[in-house]
Amino acid sequence: MAVNRNFRTCPSTGLVYHEPAEKLIRWNAVAGVVSLLVGGVLALLVTLTRWPAVKLLPPDWFYLVLTAHGLDMLVFWIIFFEIAVLYFAASTLLKCRLATPKVAWVAFWLMIVGAITNNIAVFKGDSSVMFTSYVPMGAHPLFYLGFILFAVGALVACFVFFGTLVVGKAEKTYNGSIPLVTFGAVTAAIIAVFTIAAGAIILIPTFLWSVGLVSHIDSLMYRTVWWAFGHSSQQINVAAHVSVWYAIAAIVFGAKPMSEKVSRGAFVLYILFLQLASAHHLLADPGLTSNWKIFNTSYAMYLAVLASMVHGLTVPGAIEVAQRGKGFNKGLFEWLRKAPWGNPCFSGMFMSLVGFGFLGGISGVMMGTEQLNLIIHNTIYVPGHFHATVVVGTTLAFMALTYFLIPTLFRRELMFPGMAKWQTYVYGLGMMGFSVFMMGAGTLGVPRRHWDMAFSGAALPHEFPGAAYLMMGLMAVSGVLATVGGAMYLVNTVGSVFFGKKIVTPDFKRVPVREGMAPARPPEPAVAPAGHGAIGAGGFVAPGTFVLAMVFLTSFVLYYFVNWKYLSTVWPLK
Amino acid sequence: MSAIEPPAQRVWWKQPLDRVEGTWIVIAFAWCMVMFFMMPYWHVYGKQNLSNEAYRSSPEAFLAKAQAMVDKHTVRTVTEQNIPVVHPVPGADVYLVARLWQWWPVLELEEGQTYRLHIMSTDWLHGFSLQPENINIQVHPGYEHVVTLTPTKEGTYSIICNEYCGINHHTMASKLYVVKPKKS
Ligand code: HEM
Ligand SMILES: [Cu+2]
Ligand SMILES: [Cu+2]
Repeated sequence: MAVNRNFRTCPSTGLVYHEPAEKLIRWNAVAGVVSLLVGGVLALLVTLTRWPAVKLLPPDWFYLVLTAHGLDMLVFWIIFFEIAVLYFAASTLLKCRLATPKVAWVAFWLMIVGAITNNIAVFKGDSSVMFTSYVPMGAHPLFYLGFILFAVGALVACFVFFGTLVVGKAEKTYNGSIPLVTFGAVTAAIIAVFTIAAGAIILIPTFLWSVGLVSHIDSLMYRTVWWAFGHSSQQINVAAHVSVWYAIAAIVFGAKPMSEKVSRGAFVLYILFLQLASAHHLLADPGLTSNWKIFNTSYAMYLAVLASMVHGLTVPGAIEVAQRGKGFNKGLFEWLRKAPWGNPCFSGMFMSLVGFGFLGGISGVMMGTEQLNLIIHNTIYVPGHFHATVVVGTTLAFMALTYFLIPTLFRRELMFPGMAKWQTYVYGLGMMGFSVFMMGAGTLGVPRRHWDMAFSGAALPHEFPGAAYLMMGLMAVSGVLATVGGAMYLVNTVGSVFFGKKIVTPDFKRVPVREGMAPARPPEPAVAPAGHGAIGAGGFVAPGTFVLAMVFLTSFVLYYFVNWKYLSTVWPLK
Repeated sequence: MSAIEPPAQRVWWKQPLDRVEGTWIVIAFAWCMVMFFMMPYWHVYGKQNLSNEAYRSSPEAFLAKAQAMVDKHTVRTVTEQNIPVVHPVPGADVYLVARLWQWWPVLELEEGQTYRLHIMSTDWLHGFSLQPENINIQVHPGYEHVVTLTPTKEGTYSIICNEYCGINHHTMASKLYVVKPKKS
């Protein structure tokens, strides 16, 4: 059987695309964006229902739509797009043919069938169990089956990714070590394999339970194993969007990692320290000891948090070094002021970085502290936190990357470049506001996944203070703003991909390549690798970034201890 | 050259650390250790720690204990459904049943007294959320969780459910009364 080894070189970026890989990247990205579209419509419905002044949907529809929103966004949008990123990081960045495209198509269709099956189960109306589907509340068997099919597809796709790395190595398509971005993608894929294994351990028995073959599933066991899956999958997202940050820094600025050693080391910490950190979802549960909780929520050292703090420094640090190298060397922040703020690729990535760190990171570590979780658990603070991580962090980073992919991967011009400039701001700032107001409401006790904070129909209703209603109203307004930003993205991407002006390259052709693609490597420099030379100040190559990092740390410390202070005022318990 | 290409230096691991990175790693690591030590520290010196005491139980057994308490210590009833309000002896074991879609019974506790509150669900997962204190505890079926708590201030508090438990989740709310200790 002949292997398709046809490649094309993108004239604007110099990137090399393997024909079958290119098609798969496109289709996975498109499937992701379609999920985002569905999830986005649902987001608007959920938001308008949680807006106390609007209260759009009746309760049964609210819970149905909320279940579907969680799944279509967190699972289907994110993972389809991640598979596209994996193929890109392996095939395109290594200039390597994709291993077994046929198998990759099987993976794709499994994921599609799984996603559709799962959505059908939810929209039938008897599976409004939220994406966490905690037992003993049960869903229709198709709900679990769809989820499982999707996960199997994603697992197969991960193996295609690993296979491609093997092909690249064997066919010597690159010299030396794999690029940092590919390394980050490897991290994501390794975590994905662990994640899906945990998912199988919990979802397969639950499926059997739903069809009556297993008689009982313990609710605490379920939550423990489910979160080994649910939490690790968030680590996939972090590894993926951090890789995208590095990629965009490289694409927009030609930024080179400050030090490969540090950045790669930080990725390895993700693998080593986050696999089983489901513990922070169980801090308010009975039947587990404090020792278990404390150890597993932090592994005694919070090294995964450390890893994110390192990336949070090295990504902007790399940009600063690149910018200073180009002469933007004045003062602490000229490099940042003179950054291309009108380029959605950059602005989206930078907001993703800042929002993920300041809002998502700080709130996450705070509420992942054993005792502090008591004043946060299951309040709407929690979705506030994860909309900062997975929407401002992951989704915005992926949106930013799309603006780069449309011309190079789809060979189309952006239909509305002016709108693209604004889109990342509308979406990013809207979502940041949304998260902050959710956190505010959560601090006042408003529960998550709750149809009516006024408790209509309850015999003994609780009355929330006016401030809580105000927070929820502001949350909804920002949420609507973010939805507008999301719509701007969708109109632009869908419009450009299907109807955008084609970028035609004269005498375009695909070149079949037999053996490796990489040109011979220039001889090694005789000198040992050195640091970055004489830019920056005070012996720091990236002083501006360092100052930003210290601002971050100060906010972190203050916020962390404010919450301890607040905890110390609630009723004593033991 | 850049992050999307193989590292230019084949022996990239020999490149010395920039000072900015090294400094930050040390600071960030120190902060991570502080955050870790806060948790054991609070177990020793703090007053708000979630109890580790939990027992496996069955709905029948748990309901029986709650019923015994209700039979003995009910002081009045509230609402049209005549939900009993129980005023247990300070220091006693107190039972709170979580079930679709109700907290049962209503409790009346004394300020400054310590109680052993047993919470369990008899059906699905629920979330004990005491407002406006904002103390939140997951409630499982089959796990009888014993939380020792001390109300500090008289007043009318609410217990709401903050774990999604089906269509009437939003009606699962109740009261907890805290009164001044009776002069005896
Ligand atoms: C414009 C964008 C978005 C808006 C306005 C929005 C709004 C909301 C709202 C109001 C909730 C309900 C919170 C509650 O009642 O508990 C929610 C839940 C959720 N959202 Fe979003 N969302 C958006 C985008 C996203 C994206 C992009 C993702 C994932 C990548 C996402 C993931 C989730 C998840 C996982 C839940 C929790 C569902 C559950 O509790 O089961 N959202 N969202
Ligand atoms: Cu409930
Ligand atoms: Cu509930």
